[in-house]
Amino acid sequence: MKTVCEVCGGDIEVPDDAIKGEIVSCPDCGSEYEVVEIKGGEPILKPAEEIGEDWGE
Amino acid sequence: MELSILYDRLRWEEKAIAEEAKKMEINVSLIDAKSHPLILVGEDGLTNSKFGDVVLERCMSHIRGLYYAAVLEKEKLVINSYKVLSLTTNKLLTTLTLDRANVPTPKTAVAFSLESALELADKMGYPLVIKPIIGSWGRMVACIRDRREAEALFETREMLHEPLQQIYYLQEYVKRPPRDIRAIVVGDEIITSIYRYQPEDDWRTNVARGGAAVLAKLEPGQEEIIIKAAKAVGEGVLGVDAMESERGLLVHEINGCVEFKGASSVSTVNIPKRIVDYAVEKVKR
Repeated sequence: MKTVCEVCGGDIEVPDDAIKGEIVSCPDCGSEYEVVEIKGGEPILKPAEEIGEDWGE
Repeated sequence: MELSILYDRLRWEEKAIAEEAKKMEINVSLIDAKSHPLILVGEDGLTNSKFGDVVLERCMSHIRGLYYAAVLEKEKLVINSYKVLSLTTNKLLTTLTLDRANVPTPKTAVAFSLESALELADKMGYPLVIKPIIGSWGRMVACIRDRREAEALFETREMLHEPLQQIYYLQEYVKRPPRDIRAIVVGDEIITSIYRYQPEDDWRTNVARGGAAVLAKLEPGQEEIIIKAAKAVGEGVLGVDAMESERGLLVHEINGCVEFKGASSVSTVNIPKRIVDYAVEKVKR
């Protein structure tokens, strides 16, 4: 599946087995997106949260 | 039996746990903490019932996961519990807890202003290590070699105007081989252990910073210390980090939302399955 990066207009490849919540990134500009849902074979993305001070394991 | 996996950014680990649960024919739901508000005090028609019998708290944001567990465990079995997370999320509290339980841990001190942090650093001697009390992946962990570096670093932290950055958690720089130990503890058992070798261009061993995972074989005495450390913060699914020093094994950190992609790449143990097994067992108990 493919979609377009809203930052730079580059092509973002979303794996066919992607699931809600997964992170994909734009190979051109590096912007990260979270998969919101896959609707009729079309991925719907939103900008991913930026890394936080408290992120980790 | 239904297992819920709480996440805010889906990692390899959460997907692996979900896949193993499905293989075991367990109903599994992946729930995004960001889009699921919780009820603290009931309101007609609103409940937290969308969660399964047991919830694996796997948020990348420690603060989000901590408070989510606090609310949710009123109604559900949450792994790890709020109590465990409250200790593992915070390095200062982890150190205190380990020391109280007589678990060997690096010499550590804390200061609450730039001036007293400099005095403290001088007294402790260089090199030493500064760590944010909340944080992970070696982020903002620095080795300070002398007073000049301490001044530069502390002044920078002061200018961040972040309350947590004004807590100067200083630790001795432990002489160790170019590796540390990451033991994955599930319940009261070490299910697998790895050495994390620091990359050539970094003194930190975090896999997130390029540390290389190699399967470790621990000595019984080392295992004993790791288990004692895990018990000190409470039972759960934990990543216990320790260093081999001249004084023996020193436990320096415990991770309450352990990542195990690196360990899985070298271990023969099916780590996500062991986590699911543990959750199932806890529900039965």
